[in-house]
Amino acid sequence: MRRATLIITTIATAGLLLTGCGATSTTAGSSTRPSTSASSPAPVSGTVNVFAAASLREAFTALGKQFEAAHPGTKVVFNFGPSSGLATQITAGAPADVFASASAKNMDQVVKTGDAASPTDFASNVMEIAVPPKNPAAITALSDLAGPGVKVALCQPAVPCGVTAAKVFTNARLTVTPVTQEVDVKAVLTKVSLGEVDAGVVYVTDVRAAGAKVRGIVIPADVNASTRYPIATLTKAPNKATAEAFTAFVLSADGASILTADGFAKP
Amino acid sequence: MKTADRPPAGPSPGKRTRNQAHAAAAGGTIPWPLGVPALLAALFLLVPLAGLLVRAPWRGLPRLLTDSQVLDALRLSLLCASAATAVSLLLGVPLAWVLARSQVRGTSVLRALVTLPLVLPPVVGGVALLLAFGREGIMGRLLEQWTGITLPFTTAGVIVAETFVAMPFLIITVEGAFRTSDRGLEEAAATLGATRLTVFRTVTVPLIAPSLLAGAVLCWARALGEFGATITFAGNFPGRTQTMPLAVYVALESDPDAAVALSLVLLLVSIAVLVGLRDRWLSAGASG
Repeated sequence: MRRATLIITTIATAGLLLTGCGATSTTAGSSTRPSTSASSPAPVSGTVNVFAAASLREAFTALGKQFEAAHPGTKVVFNFGPSSGLATQITAGAPADVFASASAKNMDQVVKTGDAASPTDFASNVMEIAVPPKNPAAITALSDLAGPGVKVALCQPAVPCGVTAAKVFTNARLTVTPVTQEVDVKAVLTKVSLGEVDAGVVYVTDVRAAGAKVRGIVIPADVNASTRYPIATLTKAPNKATAEAFTAFVLSADGASILTADGFAKP
Repeated sequence: MKTADRPPAGPSPGKRTRNQAHAAAAGGTIPWPLGVPALLAALFLLVPLAGLLVRAPWRGLPRLLTDSQVLDALRLSLLCASAATAVSLLLGVPLAWVLARSQVRGTSVLRALVTLPLVLPPVVGGVALLLAFGREGIMGRLLEQWTGITLPFTTAGVIVAETFVAMPFLIITVEGAFRTSDRGLEEAAATLGATRLTVFRTVTVPLIAPSLLAGAVLCWARALGEFGATITFAGNFPGRTQTMPLAVYVALESDPDAAVALSLVLLLVSIAVLVGLRDRWLSAGASG
C-alpha cells in the first residue's frame, strides 16, 4: 500500500512539474514575439539554427559560410538529418529558426502544426545510383539492382530519399529488396563508399559531393523521379530577423548559384 | 526504495525544530541538503517515464502493438539480446577468469582494453566493427573469401554488435566476483585432487553465481537497448536487423504514436527484468 501511495505521489508531483515547465516555456515564447514584430527592423546578428535535409549538407555548409561573411556577427548552426526526423523535432518544440526540407510532405507537417507558414521551393533534385569505386557487382543499369544477391541500401520509406527512390522503382516496374533501410541519404552513401553494399540509390547531388568515394550511374530521365526542397522561416524562430535574412539568402541569385554548382536543379 | 518510503524532508529548514534536527542526526529523517537533491534526482529519473505514460496512445495501443513490424522487432530484440548474452557467457566468463587470476604481465593492460567498449560511444563501436568484420574489413574480407559469409545487414551482425557492446558489462561484473571469491575453498578442492577445470566448474562458478546472474542481466539489458553499433554495423531492415530501439527511432520520424507505444513495450520488458531479479540484483550489487 505504502509503495502504491508513493508511486501515485511521485506521478502527481511529476505532473505538477510538467505543467510548471509548460507554463514557463509559453511565457518565454510570448515574450519574444513582440520584439520580432516591432516596427524597427531587428538587427541581423547572433546565432541562427538551420534544420536542413541531410542531402543539403555540402551546399548549405557553403551557403552558411557566405552568409556569415556577408553578415558579420552572425553564426549559422546546422542540424542536418532526415527531413522527417527534423520535422518531428520542430513540431516537438526544438529551437529551430529555419527549416529546409527535402520534400513538400515534411514541410506540410510543420505548416499544419503552425510552426511554419508560406514555404518557398528553392531547389529540386533527382536520383542516381551510387556504387563503390570498384563496382563489385558490376552494376550498369537500374534493373541490375533487382538482381539476385545484389546488396542494395536505400533510405527508409519515411524519408524523402526513400520515397523518391520508391517512385523510381515504380516507374521502372522493378521490385528491389534492400538489405538495409538507412535513416538518411548520407548514411546510404556511407554504406556504399565503405563497400558494404553493392549499390545505393541517392540524390545526384550526393554522388557529386562524395567525389571519388563512389561512382555514379545515371538513371534514365523517363523513369527518374524528383523531389522539391521547400524552405521556411519558422513562426517560433528564436532569432527571426536573422532567420528571414538567411532564408532570403538561400532564395537569392547568390544562393541559387551555390546550389546549382552542387548539382541541384531550379525548383 | 527504503529511503524513498519515508516522508520527504520539508524544503523549509527554518521551520525545523530541535527534535527534528536531532532525529536527522540519528538517521530518523533525511536532512534537507540531501533530501532536496535526492528528490530532484528521483524526479529527474522518473519524469521522463511519466511522460511516456502520459503521452501514450492508450486507445490505439492494441492496433499499434499487434502490427507485424512491431512484433518482428520485439521478437528480433529478445532473440538477439539473448544470443548476445549467451555468447558473452560462453566467451566472457573465461576471459573474466583469466583477467582475475592470470599472473602474466600485461593482464591489466588487456583488462583495460577489453572493457573499452564500456566507455566507447556505441556508434564508434559500430564503425570499428565495420572496419573489422565488414565486407572490406580486415577480418570480414577473409571471412567472405573463405566461407562466403558477410556479417553486416544480417541478424548475426546484430548479435555481433550487441555482444561487442554488452560483453564488457558481464566481464567486469564477473571479474570482480572472481577476484573477491574465497580462494580457500578452491585450494581445498585442489588438495582433494580436483583438476583446475573441475575446481572452476564445481567450486568457482557456483561461488560467484549471484554475480554471474547480475552480470548476465546487465549484459542482456545493455544488448536489448543497443542502438548505435547495431544501426551502424548491421543496418536497419524490418524483420532482419531492425531491433526495438531502431524501430523506435525510425517510427519517431513517421509515426510518433507508434514510437511511444514501442517505448512502452521496452519499458515493460525492463521493469519485468528488474522486478523478476530484484532481490538477487540488489544483493549481488551490494557484494560485487
